[in-house]
Amino acid sequence: MWTKLANPGFFMRWSARLLPWFAGATALAFAIGLYMTFFTVPPDYQQGETVRIMYVHVPSAWLAMFLYSLMSASAIGTLVWRHPLADVSQKAAAPIGAAFTLVCLITGALWGRPMWGTYWVWDARLTSVLVLFLIYCGIMALWRAIDDPNRAARAVAILTLAGFLNLPIIKFSVDWWNTLHQPASVLRIGGPAIHPSMLYPLLVMALAFSLLAIVMHAYGMRTEIMRRRVRTLNILEAERLDRRAAA
Amino acid sequence: MVDQYANFIIASYVAVILIIGGLGLAMILDQRAQKRALAELEARGSTRRAKEAS
Repeated sequence: MWTKLANPGFFMRWSARLLPWFAGATALAFAIGLYMTFFTVPPDYQQGETVRIMYVHVPSAWLAMFLYSLMSASAIGTLVWRHPLADVSQKAAAPIGAAFTLVCLITGALWGRPMWGTYWVWDARLTSVLVLFLIYCGIMALWRAIDDPNRAARAVAILTLAGFLNLPIIKFSVDWWNTLHQPASVLRIGGPAIHPSMLYPLLVMALAFSLLAIVMHAYGMRTEIMRRRVRTLNILEAERLDRRAAA
Repeated sequence: MVDQYANFIIASYVAVILIIGGLGLAMILDQRAQKRALAELEARGSTRRAKEAS
């Protein structure tokens, strides 16, 4: 069953049917999430109105880590089963993960300036997220450095799995070290520590961002499958011309 | 009354639009380029079946 589901042709057929529905659900979730963010969330007693930055910062941070986890799972698919769709998934996820990590870093800095009095400090959480962004950049550079997509996928998979060690460091940095960044307030033992009037809009925005990431990832995978078809057809055409010239 | 930190809030949302929107636009243009290249190759009769036939 998995072989059938993970077939590029099957993926192209089903993603073409499902993508418009997911795109519509994304737009709806953003409309509800943004309405709640700007019209129902009360100002925080400490952060004031800057709490509204959290509604883009936190989902971006979650997705930066989730997309890296997805790339790592795909990397295992590449190394263990040498599945072409796993290669495609890895490659499509990298720029999206990098973009969400960059959003996380920039919105964090813009929140930090009024709240902490500085855009940046070299504390463990901020530094480990910056390292994640640099790993994403390295992975994208490695994809471009090797022409053969199969060889590139294996090299990238090894780098991706080595970089996976950074994810627990990001998650637990606020517990292991004394950081300026506050500890987890949603995904923590004992349940969320923030009021439902602020929590539910955050969950809606997290859903909206997650749907957007799914749409972008599937769209990117479709493009990558097309790119590989173009490459294969170009090679076949060159071989045919060679044979004709030799005959 | 405009909040004293409004600039930081607006800048955050603008950053999201520019980064995610920019990536989305680049992805759309990339897919269009691949579709065009595929269409050109198919118009020239370059398919996998063409190889099998030749």
